[in-house]
Amino acid sequence: MNSQSNISTQVQHKWLNVVNLLKAPSIILLLVWMIVPLSMTVYYSFVEYNLLYPGPKLFIGLENYSYFSTDSAFFPALFNTLVLVGSVLTITVVLGLALALLVNQPFFGRGVVRVLLISPFFIMPTVNALIWKNMMMDPNYGIFSVIADFFNVVPINFLEDLPLASIILMVSWQWTPFALLIFMTSLQSQDTEQKEAAQLDGAGFWSIFRFLTLPHLARPIAIVVMIQTIFHLSLFAEIFVTTGGGPGFASTNLAWLIYRQAFLAFDVGVASAGGVFAIILANIVAFFLIRAVGKNLTE
Amino acid sequence: MMLNISQRKTVKHWATGLFAWLVALILFFPILWMIMTSFKTELQAISQPPLLFWETTFDNYILIQERSDYLKYAFNSLYTSVGGTLLALIIAVPSAYAMAFFPGKYTKDILLWMLSTKMLPAVGVLIPIYMITQMGGLLDSIYPLILIFALMNLPIIMWMLFTYFKEIPKEILEAARMDGATTRDELRHIVMPLSWGGIASAGLLSLILCWNEAFWSIQLTASDAGTLAALIASYSSPEGLFWAKVSAASTMACAPIIVFGWFCQKQLVQGLTFGAVK
Amino acid sequence: MKILKMSAIAVAVTMSCVSTAQAADLTIATVNNGHMIEMQKLTGHFEKANPGINVNWVTLDEGTLRSRVTTDIATKGGQFDVMTIGMYEAPMWGAKGWLEALDFDASYDVDDILPAMRGGLSHGGNLYAAPFYGESSMIMYRKDLMDAAGMTMPDNPTWGHIEDAAAAMTDKDNGVYGICLRGKPGWGDNMAFITTLANSFGAQWFDMEKKPQLDSPAWNHAVNFYVDLLTNYGPPGSSGNSFNEILALTNAGKCGMWIDATIAASFVSDPSQSSVAEHMAFAQSPVAVTHRGANWLWAWALAVPAGTQQSAEAQAFVQWATSKEYIELVAATNGWASVPTGTRSSTYANKNFTDAAVFADAELKAILSADPSNSTQAPSPFKGVQFQAIPEFADIAGAVGQQLSAALAGDITVEEALAESQKAADRAMRKAKYYK
Repeated sequence: MNSQSNISTQVQHKWLNVVNLLKAPSIILLLVWMIVPLSMTVYYSFVEYNLLYPGPKLFIGLENYSYFSTDSAFFPALFNTLVLVGSVLTITVVLGLALALLVNQPFFGRGVVRVLLISPFFIMPTVNALIWKNMMMDPNYGIFSVIADFFNVVPINFLEDLPLASIILMVSWQWTPFALLIFMTSLQSQDTEQKEAAQLDGAGFWSIFRFLTLPHLARPIAIVVMIQTIFHLSLFAEIFVTTGGGPGFASTNLAWLIYRQAFLAFDVGVASAGGVFAIILANIVAFFLIRAVGKNLTE
Repeated sequence: MMLNISQRKTVKHWATGLFAWLVALILFFPILWMIMTSFKTELQAISQPPLLFWETTFDNYILIQERSDYLKYAFNSLYTSVGGTLLALIIAVPSAYAMAFFPGKYTKDILLWMLSTKMLPAVGVLIPIYMITQMGGLLDSIYPLILIFALMNLPIIMWMLFTYFKEIPKEILEAARMDGATTRDELRHIVMPLSWGGIASAGLLSLILCWNEAFWSIQLTASDAGTLAALIASYSSPEGLFWAKVSAASTMACAPIIVFGWFCQKQLVQGLTFGAVK
Repeated sequence: MKILKMSAIAVAVTMSCVSTAQAADLTIATVNNGHMIEMQKLTGHFEKANPGINVNWVTLDEGTLRSRVTTDIATKGGQFDVMTIGMYEAPMWGAKGWLEALDFDASYDVDDILPAMRGGLSHGGNLYAAPFYGESSMIMYRKDLMDAAGMTMPDNPTWGHIEDAAAAMTDKDNGVYGICLRGKPGWGDNMAFITTLANSFGAQWFDMEKKPQLDSPAWNHAVNFYVDLLTNYGPPGSSGNSFNEILALTNAGKCGMWIDATIAASFVSDPSQSSVAEHMAFAQSPVAVTHRGANWLWAWALAVPAGTQQSAEAQAFVQWATSKEYIELVAATNGWASVPTGTRSSTYANKNFTDAAVFADAELKAILSADPSNSTQAPSPFKGVQFQAIPEFADIAGAVGQQLSAALAGDITVEEALAESQKAADRAMRKAKYYK
């Protein structure tokens, strides 16, 4: 009896070692990937380091932080970052849900429709921005201006008058298919018998959606929100190609502000301080996000 | 006029179909327009009103091939995307397996922490990474890109696999273990066949994200290791309107991954459940 | 004499043997402008003349290229053997010892390079970048519209005259706007133009104490004039227009006048892309209170970063691409109207060129009249006409450009924009310790 339990602990012990061995590479690699650049970033954020002025890197305390955060664009950038993430999330989740429900119905050529709908997700962000800027939104030659001309209204100058909204539109166009893909998959696993039973009981579309479908999709929605938040907090390519953060600060987000310090001023110190701010912001967002949807993520 | 139930069903069926097609065509239109523009001359590309019918020209494609060796860029994209994805999978599969089947006290925290590593903005860490790469003599080489791509996507892959593995009923494994199956047997004969769907879709998602990565692949490469993202950067010119050429370059850069995505749609979708299948 | 010749041949042969023995790969970073793309196409001639040298190109858009080469040169990344840089970077980087001083043989005829270009690309008497093509700014206008309005364009007009002409030419119902100017934010976009306008209104970026002057009356006057002019007589959406956008508008016959880079002249007068080619005429940039700094000076130039492994080959390439022979090669391939201009006196002395290019005289005059070291009414501490050759300028002018673009769009007032600009400039200058 005694010896047997001994063996089983031994086995368990061996198992635990194997398990840890298996877990280790991903944890260690990500730890290194995070810690090396992070510690360099933190170090640079406390020293005077401009690429264009080679010289000793003097410790200057919080000067880089105060310089970055007293930029007039700082608070607009924080605000825009959150607006961007929030709007894109709302649009993609709502639109993704609607489209998923739509293509969940049987109809002619559903396969092709699905293919067309998910295509924008495969486009490079730079190309996405170029297409929209040149061929859709251009006030003289874009498709939107052609449509406006057709209805005899003055074309909207999207990137100048609605810069942030234009970027939200581009990003949502690209990421709605992602939400759609995930919702589509989940809908397929929804219990059809339950749904049919509810239908027989006289439940309408909305109540089925509200009480059966939505709870079923709670977790996929949480996933979509989480993954997209990660991507959009550091959104950059679309702004770089289209508005350059303007006019004024209208489409400046935190990543763009860091870019300006890193690539226009070449001030690595200030850019690093900006990077630390971005990490802090990301963690605050993550904290609330995990409290709000976290239950759904890991259970 | 009253319709009977089956007629109403048909009408609804057709109405849904029509509406779905309309929406799909609207959302696909920008891509279609890009492809159409790539077969126009520069003058046709900006003609007012836009041309729906025109004499197609392949000049833009020929010109791009003359100026830059498309295949070199395409292969770099292929090597880095596939390399990065494979590397990430090799690291992630065992880890996610261990975490799913033998969760420790901190497993969930570790997973969430992994996701948070993705929040570091790339522009903020370019200089450190650039200098590390340079010290290793690896600027303009595909190897650092492969590593960066792998690390970039590792958190999401880990997470997808973790949730997927968790759905595999543990009873099967226990039964197999009772029968004396070793860990290797267990992995080979039970876990792997059951997880192919998850691994495939995690890999596909990672491939797409790698292919479309533009920041690192431009900043860390010069003439040898440039990917298709770098090809695009060389055609968006501030001097002169080159919509047709930009469209052709964009089409060439995106076509492989779009076609690939279309063909692998089923595989991509089946693992995106994130454990939602209950 | 004979011995000399023999040994010269021997040296040449050995050298060519050496270079064949160690095939050199040159990596060249450049922007995707038309002239550079032509250079890529003609590289075969260089490779044929220099066996053993293999040229690889990295072509990027301007913004990406600048970040790419600056990161590389500042971290000593060593990825490029030849870099395409502008007049802004060349003297600054040369002063830091990041570039090799260029030393060409007599056949290059360095004295043929226009003095303004040579001066702008040199530091301490050394040429650090060889001009590939150069430009100034000037007025391009529709003579037919001017005639119809019963007005004439003097060779050196004032801004007041331009305003009158713009008012007379504007015909919004028919989509004709008297004046088109840059408004898209960017230190090389709207700020390049606005700086020349401000210069001629007697404004300056910095005073001799290096303090920013954006809150001065002269700036206020200049920017108000600019915003009013474009609001009244400019096309809609001017705050998003830069070179490309206005080029398209002009070619479509929608602009009465356009003040921009001289290089545009070759496009607007080319019947294959411009619908108003035969009506285009040219004059010098307008002036207000001073002619100083009223037109800009810019060159795209080729430089060799210090520490490259292939220094000799890189210099050989730079010499080839900026030589008289290269210009003749382009002329033989594509005609004289397509050669890179603005670099050499000999180009403008060539009758083939002046016959093919109707804008040649105006362009040369504009380039010769620009003086980077004396471009403001009151003396300025830094070099440059439409920029200030200090590392902080790109960032400062980027921020100011955003503000002025917002003012042009009507989102904020000119006063607010300039106050914010002054604040941004002051912060950056303090941070860089120009003053306390």
